Amino acid sequence: MSDHDVSIGDAEYAGTRVEQSNRQVADLANQEYKYGFVTDLEADTFEPGLNEDIVRRLSAIKGEPEWLCEWRLKAFRHWLELEEPDWANVSYPPIDFQALRYYSAPKRDKKKLNSLDEVDKEILETFEKLGIPLDEQKRLSGVAVDAVFDSVSVATTHSDILAKKGIIFCSFSEAVKDHPDLVKKYLGSVVPPSDNFYAALNSAVFSDGSFCFIPKGVKCPMDLSTYFRINAAETGQFERTLVVAEEGASVNYLEGCTAPQRDENQLHAAVVELVALDNATVRYSTVQNWYAGDVKGKGGIYNFVTKRGKCAGVNSHISWTQVETGSAITWKYPSCLLMGDNSVGEFYSVAVSNMRQQADTGTKMIHMGKNTKSTVISKTISAGEGNNSYRGQVQVMPKAENARNYTQCDSLLIGDQCGAHTFPYIEVRNNTSAVEHEASTSKISEDQLFYCKQRGIGPEDAISMVINGFCKEVFDHLPMEFAVEATKLLGVSLEGSVG
Amino acid sequence: MLEIQNLHASVEGNDILQGINLTVNPGEVHAIMGPNGSGKSTLAQVLSGNDAYEVTEGSATFLGVDLLELPAEERARLGMFMAFQYPVEIPGISNAYFLQAALNEIRKSHDLEELDSLEFRGLLQEKMDLVAIDRAFADRPVNQGFSGGEKKRNEVLQLAVLEPRLAILDESDSGLDIDALRIVADGVNKMRNKERGFIVVTHYQRLLNHIVPDVVHVLYKGRIVKTGGKELALELEKKGYDWVKEELATA
Ligand SMILES: Nc1ncnc2c1ncn2[C@@H]1O[C@H](COP(=O)(O)OP(=O)(O)OP(=O)(O)O)[C@@H](O)[C@H]1O
Ligand SMILES: [Mg+2]
Repeated sequence: MSDHDVSIGDAEYAGTRVEQSNRQVADLANQEYKYGFVTDLEADTFEPGLNEDIVRRLSAIKGEPEWLCEWRLKAFRHWLELEEPDWANVSYPPIDFQALRYYSAPKRDKKKLNSLDEVDKEILETFEKLGIPLDEQKRLSGVAVDAVFDSVSVATTHSDILAKKGIIFCSFSEAVKDHPDLVKKYLGSVVPPSDNFYAALNSAVFSDGSFCFIPKGVKCPMDLSTYFRINAAETGQFERTLVVAEEGASVNYLEGCTAPQRDENQLHAAVVELVALDNATVRYSTVQNWYAGDVKGKGGIYNFVTKRGKCAGVNSHISWTQVETGSAITWKYPSCLLMGDNSVGEFYSVAVSNMRQQADTGTKMIHMGKNTKSTVISKTISAGEGNNSYRGQVQVMPKAENARNYTQCDSLLIGDQCGAHTFPYIEVRNNTSAVEHEASTSKISEDQLFYCKQRGIGPEDAISMVINGFCKEVFDHLPMEFAVEATKLLGVSLEGSVG
Repeated sequence: MLEIQNLHASVEGNDILQGINLTVNPGEVHAIMGPNGSGKSTLAQVLSGNDAYEVTEGSATFLGVDLLELPAEERARLGMFMAFQYPVEIPGISNAYFLQAALNEIRKSHDLEELDSLEFRGLLQEKMDLVAIDRAFADRPVNQGFSGGEKKRNEVLQLAVLEPRLAILDESDSGLDIDALRIVADGVNKMRNKERGFIVVTHYQRLLNHIVPDVVHVLYKGRIVKTGGKELALELEKKGYDWVKEELATA
C-alpha cells in the first residue's frame, strides 16, 4: 500500500425499527419457493469424497485430453494447500468436502445428443416447469439457451443459427472436444486455478458449464443464456463458464439458476471468466434464485462463486448485472480487470437477504489502463433476519492515468431484525484519477406505503412498487425478459415482509 | 355519503380529534378551515385510513359501509381519495406507471376491465391537459424533484384520473401560483357533479372564490366549532379566528 491509499473503512448500519411491519415480517415464514421440486431421475453419481482418483475419474468420464486432466490435478494439489476463506461477513458450519459428491449426471446413452428429441422427457419437463422451454419453437424471440442439469449440459438451442456467424455456443464439455485450442488458450486466463480456495476447487472438479466464443467483428444476433439447475442431493455443482469476445465483437449473456428445496445445504462453486478484446463488449446478467433455505435457516444453497472479466483490449467494455434473491449464503464479487486503455467496467447489483439469508457481495474494479472508467451501483435489500454486506474494491494502479470510478451503494431495510453493512476498499496509486463513493441506508417508508394504499394499491403491491423503484437503476440494465422476471422474483422473495 | 359521528382520534398518545360530527351528501362541497394544528390533516388522514392514527371513539360510514373497518386501499377502491398536504415521493416509479396501477386496482374492485398501457396513456394525456400539466411529467418518478406547486397539481391530476366518489383536498392550494390556482380550481370544478362529494381543506378564501362551497366549517382544537354558508369564509378572511375563539369562550 502506498501513500495515496484512501480507505473509507467500515460503515456499519444496524437494522432500523419499522414498528408496524414487525408483524408482517413474521408472515415471511409462509413464503413459498416454487422451484423446490425434485425431478425423479436415474443418475450416474460418484460416491462422496474428493481425492486425485476422483479428479482423474471425472476427467476420464468426460473423455478429456491429457493436458486438461493435468490442469485439474494441479489445481487440486493447490487446493489442498489453501485454507477456506473466513473474511466474508457470513457464518456457517464448516463444510465437509469429503461428504460431497463431485459428479452427478442424468443417465443416458453415451452417444452425443443430436436433437432435443433425444433429451429425457423428465428433463425437458423440468425446464418447462421452470419456465424455460427448451423447445425452440416455443421460445420467445431470439434467446439461445444452454441448459445445465446437475453436472452436465443437457441441451443447447439455436447452435445452428449461431454457427453460421461463426459463433460458438455450446456446453463446456463439447468445447473441450470440438475447440480444444480455444479452451486451452482462455481457460484460467482470467481466474487462474490458484486464485482462491473455491476457484481452485472448481478448477479441479468442474463438471460442465457453457462456452461462448464470438469471433472478430461479430455482433451476436441473439441473447445467449445458460440456465443452471441443481437436482441431485449431496452433490456440489461446479460449473465453469467462459465467454470470449474477439476484436469488435459483442454479446449479451444471461444466466439463471434454481434448485430443489432440501433440508441439507448444497454447495455451488462456479467460476465465470469473461474476456473482451479490443473494442469488444460483453454484458453478463444473472438472476440467481437458488433455494434460500427456510425461515429457520435450514437448507439452502451455499453460493460461493468467482466471476471475473478481463477488459484485455482498448475500448473494451464488460458489464455485470446481477439480481441475487436466492441462496442461503452468497459470496460473490463479479469483477473487472480494466487493462486496455479506455476500457469500461460496470457492476449493477440487487441483492436481497430475507429470512436467515446472508449475502456478502460486491465487486472489484482494478484500473490498469489509461482513461479506464468503472461504475458500481449496488442496491441491497434486507428483510426478516437477513444480513447483507456490500464489499467493494476499487484499485487504481500507477499507470492508470485519468481513471474514473463512481460507486453508489444503497441499502434498504425492512423490519428491525435485519442488517446492512458496507465495506468499501479504495486504493488509488495515480493522482490524476478520480474515485467517488456514495452510500445511503434507508428503511422502507410507511409514508410511501400509505401513499400507494391511499390510491388503491394493496400492501403487497405497494411494497413491491417501492422496492422496484429502489432497484430501477439496476433493472434498467437487464434485458427485457429478465427485468420482468426479476421484478416478479423480488415480489415473491419479499412477499409479506411489510404491509 | 359520508357520515361522521363523535369521531375521536389520537396519534402517538396525543388526542387530536375530539368528537367530530360531519355529514357530506353527494354533490356537496364542504370547506374546512381552521388555525394551524387544529386537526384538519388529521381528519383527512383518519378518513383515508392511515393506521398511524388511532380512532378512539365514534363512527364513520361511507356509502353505507363502516369506514373504520376498512384498510386504506379498500377505502380508496370504494371511492375515497385524499390529495395530500405533503405528497410523497416514490423514486424509480414513473407517474404513469403508478397511476395506471392505482386505476386498475380500483377498476378491478368494481369488476371493470383493466386498461392496458396504451388505453391508459390516452386517458392520462387527456387528464394532464385538463389540469395543464406538461405531458413529460408522465414519465418522471412520482413527485421526485417536483416543485411544491407541481406536487400539488400532480395530486389533482391523480384525482382527475381516479375519479373518486369523495375527494378530500388537503391544502391543495398552498404553494400554487395565481395561474396554477385557477387551473387547479377549474379542474376541480369540472369534476363537480351531483354524485361526487368534496371536502376542501384550505386557509384561504381566494380558493373558495373559484371552488364555491356549499358549506364552510371551522375546525378548532379537534372539534367543528362553527358551520355556515360560503359567507363564513369571507368573514373569517376579514376577521381571523379570534372572534370564533371568543364566541366559544363565552358560549
Ligand atoms: N405524528 C404526530 N405525532 C405527534 N403529534 C402529531 C402528529 N401528527 C400530528 N400531530 C399533531 O396534531 C395536531 C393536528 O395536526 P394537523 O396536521 O391535523 O393540523 P392541521 O389542522 O392540518 O394544521 P395545518 O393547518 O398547519 O396543516 C398538531 O398539533 C400536530 O402537531
Ligand atoms: Mg394540515
